Amino acid sequence: MNQDLANKLPLRPSKAKFYSNIGLILAILISSAWFSGFNVFEIFANLRFAFRLLNSLFFPPAWDYADNVIGPLLETVQMAIVGSFVGAVLAFPAAVLAANNFIKIKGLNTGIRLMLNFFRTIPALVLASLFVAIFGIGSFAGIVALSIFSFGLISKMTYESIEAIDYGQVEAIISLGGNKMNILRYAIIPQVLPQYMSYTLYAFEVNVRAAAVLGYVGAGGVGQTYQIWLDLRRFDRVGIIIMISFVAVLIIDFISSSIRRRLV
Amino acid sequence: MSIYAKAIPDKPKSNAVRRILIFVIVFSLISWGFTGLGWNGIMPSATGTIIGMWNGIIHPDVDYLTNWTVDGLPYAVVETIAIAISGTFVSGVLAIPFALLASQNIVGQKVSKIGKFIITMIRTFPELILALIFIGIVGPGAPAGILALGVHSIGMLGKLYSESIESMDIGVKEALESCGGNNMEVLFRAVIPQVAPEFLSYTLFRFEINMRAAATLGLVGAGGIGAPLIFAIRGRFWERAGIIVIVLIITVTIIDFISGRIRKKLV
Repeated sequence: MNQDLANKLPLRPSKAKFYSNIGLILAILISSAWFSGFNVFEIFANLRFAFRLLNSLFFPPAWDYADNVIGPLLETVQMAIVGSFVGAVLAFPAAVLAANNFIKIKGLNTGIRLMLNFFRTIPALVLASLFVAIFGIGSFAGIVALSIFSFGLISKMTYESIEAIDYGQVEAIISLGGNKMNILRYAIIPQVLPQYMSYTLYAFEVNVRAAAVLGYVGAGGVGQTYQIWLDLRRFDRVGIIIMISFVAVLIIDFISSSIRRRLV
Repeated sequence: MSIYAKAIPDKPKSNAVRRILIFVIVFSLISWGFTGLGWNGIMPSATGTIIGMWNGIIHPDVDYLTNWTVDGLPYAVVETIAIAISGTFVSGVLAIPFALLASQNIVGQKVSKIGKFIITMIRTFPELILALIFIGIVGPGAPAGILALGVHSIGMLGKLYSESIESMDIGVKEALESCGGNNMEVLFRAVIPQVAPEFLSYTLFRFEINMRAAATLGLVGAGGIGAPLIFAIRGRFWERAGIIVIVLIITVTIIDFISGRIRKKLV
């Protein structure tokens, strides 16, 4: 009788795997902290440097330099707009070709996806420094880098949306004798357009943040003077650049994300 | 007749004025963007540069890859991974209090709004600037990068954590309380088991992002593969830049793959 009951109850899951996983995670964490020389005590010991630095960055704010920040800041926004626009225009055809429920050629889908993955793997800052070598110092190199980066981002998200559409509409069009173009126009585009626009806006937000630091490698925008003022130890000017671009990014993020909430 | 006419809904009214207005605004924003194109023509040396880059990609500097000292590529790659792991861990721990502060069902509507705003502010602050600030505190090197990632990632992890706390099933907590469970029991038997898989999954996702970020932090001197990469690009050592970019892409792809597999198992 007892034996029967014991057989019916599911076995308690073994804890051995749980503990070995925890052990593995701890080993990875400790070895990376050791390898990178991360020492918590040292950080607390140096905390006074943090206050000194924050003090020289933001108190008192260098308001007299603020006028010189506005121009580069507008250039940053322009770079982000053009970068996300070009990226979005290029991304739509790529997303359509990568979605495996519209064009069912496995080789083509996988090929495009690999290319997209490749673009998203290279950080925007590295792309920008490569393009600075080709186009010279200035916003154009940054725009090309942002375009490629947003192209990879928007196409990935859009092809995933295309794959998740309601396939009933596609079947309805096929059953009425519609061709591929009809499917694209009347089943896919209406379903993914709001999401596609939302992704473009999202890429724009990411681009504004990225563009604000691209100047560090010479690719235009508000970050261009960071290096100079840091080298000259004019921390108050670095501070005012950080502050103004921070506020601008917050405002842009707020506007863009409230539009996105209404879109989807 | 009128019955049939009613059965078909009216075409949705499109507000022509609004549409035109939106179109004009978007169009003028984009055109304004293009006025700042900053096209100065291609550098006179561009053809040579592109040929150099291409040669660098097909003839990468293999000696650098097999250089097992501190100056070699393997060391830089491992250091980059270590920065990403430690930074993600730091933010994973630091994000929890922020997430609790931003969760409506924990601290109430008003406080959660403040918590959410703090998290948004942290997210908006660029990690490269954080790295510059931390270099001023702990000096150049990997720890500055870890701190920059650790602080910056609170912005995303805090948001995702608080979303998962807010969508938690309250029933389990109430069941425990009705059986006389105390706060600790509620925490360990109701809250943690529900949110732990999602927390881990988000943390791994952030780790994938931090891997890419850690690769650029070196540009400002915060350790990792970014420093040798920027030196190679600035000095036009394309063979070296080639091998670094190739290894970076392979490493990031492998880590994405492993982390994605674990995430699929978790949730």
